Amino acid sequence: MSRQSNRTTDSKKMNSELFTLTYGALVTQLCKDYENDEEVNKQLDKMGYNIGVRLIEDFLARSSIGRCQDFRETADVIAKVAFKMYLGITPSVTNWSPAGDEFSLILESNPLVDFVELPDNHSTLIYSNLLCGVLRGALEMVQMAVDVKFVQDTLRGDNVTEIRMKFIKRIEENLPAGDE
Amino acid sequence: MTVHNLYIFDRNGNCLYYNEWNRKKQAGISKDEEYKLMYGMLFSIRSFVSKMSPLDMKEGFLSFQTSRYRLHYYETPSGLKFVMNTDLSVSNARETLQHIYSNLYVELIVKNPVCSSTPSLDSELFSSRLDAFIRALPYYSPRAA
Repeated sequence: MSRQSNRTTDSKKMNSELFTLTYGALVTQLCKDYENDEEVNKQLDKMGYNIGVRLIEDFLARSSIGRCQDFRETADVIAKVAFKMYLGITPSVTNWSPAGDEFSLILESNPLVDFVELPDNHSTLIYSNLLCGVLRGALEMVQMAVDVKFVQDTLRGDNVTEIRMKFIKRIEENLPAGDE
Repeated sequence: MTVHNLYIFDRNGNCLYYNEWNRKKQAGISKDEEYKLMYGMLFSIRSFVSKMSPLDMKEGFLSFQTSRYRLHYYETPSGLKFVMNTDLSVSNARETLQHIYSNLYVELIVKNPVCSSTPSLDSELFSSRLDAFIRALPYYSPRAA
């Protein structure tokens, strides 16, 4: 697929600091607009979800990756292809649950938090919660319902940033009602 | 050599887009009826071929042909379905359908914040670009039809 590889290489370079600062401005504004951190977390997740449901199409078109055979393959694609493509980092996939339906993405560095320090009065703010929404939205569009949440965050004093993903179910495709 | 028509369905079976180029005979039913029949048939073929497949298959159903036309099918993992009918001289339109998805649909519909993709695409830019793309295909040639 020469055409697709051309497209990937000529994709525009974007200044990562500008991106980081823009995201910071967004979160700051949300903190002003909403009363408490829980509400901000919820809004970030919602915004991420809306990004995810569209971003998946861009991802599929650019990566020309087919359907994954199992959740392990999905985890690999998310870490090695998706995070690489959109954030320039490759998180490691670890801590599989025995049933193989739950894993952690460990982010050694998180470009979203490059210049960030959480003030004391925002101790429950999940600053990068947008990422959870993006993952949830994108996977929902490929028939996978997942639960995504931050369990560790360097912003809150942990050593690494850890996103926990749990597979809930496959969303089955059904014939639209009334069609025989 | 020619292209007859093109359907784009979303994952729920709504027809997002339809256009026809060299279609000389109509089905004699309403367009809505036709979309439903088309989607229903694709849905059944798809589930049938996957049940009949001796091995797990990745791509699944790609195309079928009759004595008069060939139907080319491309489905994205997100459930969008691109269906193009051509005459028999077009042996493989997979690249064409992939191009429509990644260079037209994603660029002009998905990345357009004011363009929501339900229930039908309402983008003149998309329609005109797609029309131009189809007309520029090497196998698009109405006179030879």
